[in-house]
Amino acid sequence: MSQTIAISAQNVIKAFGHGEHAVRALDDVSLDIRKGEFFTLLGPSGCGKTTLLRLIAGFEMPSGGTILLDGADITNLPPNKRPVNTVFQSYALFPHLTVAQNVAFGLEMLGKSKSEVSARVAEMLALVKLDHLAARKTSQLSGGQQQRVALARALAPQPKVLLLDEPLSALDLKLRKEMQIELKRLQLETGITFVFVTHDQEEALTMSDRIGVMSSGHLQQVGSPKEIYTRPRNRFVASFIGETNFLPATREALGYRLDCGIVVQAPASQAQRVTLTIRPEQLRLVPEAEGDVPVKITNLVYFGTDTHCHMSLPDGTEVVARLQSPSDGESGLQVGQGIGLRFLPGALQVLEE
Amino acid sequence: MSGAPLSGPSQAEAALAAKTVRGGWLLSLPALVLLAVAAVGPLLIMVVYSFLLPGEYGNVEWGFSFDAWTGILFTRDVFDDTLRLEDAHLSILLRSVNLSLLTTIFTFAVGFPTAWFIATRPQRQRALWLFLITIPFWTNLLIRTLAINEIIRAEGLLNNILIGLGLIDQPLQIIYTDTAVFIGMTYVYLPLMVLPLFAAIDRFDMRLLEAGYDLYATRFQVLRRIIVPVVKPGIIAGSILVFVPALGAYVTPRILGGGKQMMIGNFIELQFGQGRNWPLGAALSVTLLVIVTAALLVYVRFANREVRHG
Ligand SMILES: Nc1ncnc2c1ncn2[C@@H]1O[C@H](COP(=O)(O)OP(=O)(O)OP(=O)(O)O)[C@@H](O)[C@H]1O
Ligand SMILES: [Mg+2]
Repeated sequence: MSQTIAISAQNVIKAFGHGEHAVRALDDVSLDIRKGEFFTLLGPSGCGKTTLLRLIAGFEMPSGGTILLDGADITNLPPNKRPVNTVFQSYALFPHLTVAQNVAFGLEMLGKSKSEVSARVAEMLALVKLDHLAARKTSQLSGGQQQRVALARALAPQPKVLLLDEPLSALDLKLRKEMQIELKRLQLETGITFVFVTHDQEEALTMSDRIGVMSSGHLQQVGSPKEIYTRPRNRFVASFIGETNFLPATREALGYRLDCGIVVQAPASQAQRVTLTIRPEQLRLVPEAEGDVPVKITNLVYFGTDTHCHMSLPDGTEVVARLQSPSDGESGLQVGQGIGLRFLPGALQVLEE
Repeated sequence: MSGAPLSGPSQAEAALAAKTVRGGWLLSLPALVLLAVAAVGPLLIMVVYSFLLPGEYGNVEWGFSFDAWTGILFTRDVFDDTLRLEDAHLSILLRSVNLSLLTTIFTFAVGFPTAWFIATRPQRQRALWLFLITIPFWTNLLIRTLAINEIIRAEGLLNNILIGLGLIDQPLQIIYTDTAVFIGMTYVYLPLMVLPLFAAIDRFDMRLLEAGYDLYATRFQVLRRIIVPVVKPGIIAGSILVFVPALGAYVTPRILGGGKQMMIGNFIELQFGQGRNWPLGAALSVTLLVIVTAALLVYVRFANREVRHG
């Protein structure tokens, strides 16, 4: 993959309202999105994902900062001058036009010739597998079909960047899974840079080349799904992506002393008081004498393939381990039992506060 | 909804459907009776009267005659009994159609931005604006029209202001012209254009605008290719609500057009009054009805085709 930058947001600020009612939807966000990658903006509701997307599309003007597209400043260009297209969450299909006319709209506005438009429309409809519905009105389509029309319409003018604002959130689970695969395929086939917004962490992990995790107007961490999952930078990222355990600790010469008094190893850090984190699947239960920490089982929750084992450390800190359920369903564990807990080597991470 | 496989209706379903249809017909009986008594009946009387002879002091005399129908456009020469085209009648018909069309176009030109403005206000303000639009309905049409007369007549408010400002020396002769009738009708029918337009624009999904801009449309293209086709039902409704009553307008041309700038409504009234030619009045009324119906059919057909082909 080429490493040149498609979209570059530099110190972007977006404030809504004035005076004491002002809301900073984006607070000094800097971000580089590479050409041809599937980039996901992930974060809880209200964190500013849509706002950032709308700034890239040109529907909103930033209160500060610059936005570059292929190195050129597009901060002040109106949306109809940006080679960027959007798939809207509501689809926003034109109700008075057929499927084919919807897909043709952007091409016609760009002044393409009739033959070029019809060839491209046919190509796009084939790409999203809607050839047979070309003459339908969009109101006569299912949600998934409307979704595909919205995709074809946005892809038809061959934008440099495709923006997708939670395009799958209105679909039911099964269709959503299908469309996730479909989207990934479209991105690979067209080679267009996708900027995808979601608040579903699983969706982000499975689809993205890289993820930008946002919270309250700030970009918390940018990295590949693996990086984000295994080396979360701070408490927010660690808890937002997947489940995790937090262990308060103090830095010492030979490692970190957990609040229960036991010293463990983890990557170096500047701070004195830190929070260590470890994923539930990186914990192992062993006989009490062989463990790193002695714990007491407080609850066992059976999930089929997995069993979640809730435990408390001597100082009362709660942790959860995810264990594979044994084939006979009998783990031999019991609530109230004392047992040893072992951290997989290298699994403990240090979080910035 | 879509995608569900359609199975052929079973016999039970068909029977049920037939029963529902029959029930539906019964339920619509009151409406049908009302329609027969209030619309079809009077229309029939009108048609019959148009083929009778005028009575000497109004009313009709029984006796079949085409005179009323030829009288719409022709006069019979008193000496040699030949038919001559009656320019005065023709010009009344043409003026009626022209003024009504002009009024429709102008109320649309003013009404569309107004409706758009109201529909894009916050929910709370909207009620206030709509309320303001409907205020003229609170006053009798006659009084409103007389008020316009008061403004535009030779010694009226408008001329006094313009002369006072030194913009003109002689009062503008607006009253008793087609312009006066046009101004009056535009004022009277504007709310009838604004309200259906507002209803359509209110339902318009503003996100379509962003979709349009996103797909490289200019402002004008967004207006022409997205807004107008989508709110077209409102445009059609508004145009009909203005054009139809404008064509039959009576009070406004009577007061603002004086005796001379007659429209078809005044002309019909004349036949039932001083003219004492009830059959001609009836024939004119039927003609008006036919013009309106034809205009509507053409317009709706045309407008729908536009929608279909984008
Ligand atoms: N037009 C606006 N006027 C005022 N405040 C706004 C506007 N648009 C967004 N905001 C505020 O900016 C913040 C970020 O909104 P944004 O829509 O970007 O969130 P989001 O991450 O897309 O959330 P969601 O997942 O719910 O869609 C929110 O606090 C929101 O209330
Ligand atoms: Mg959003």
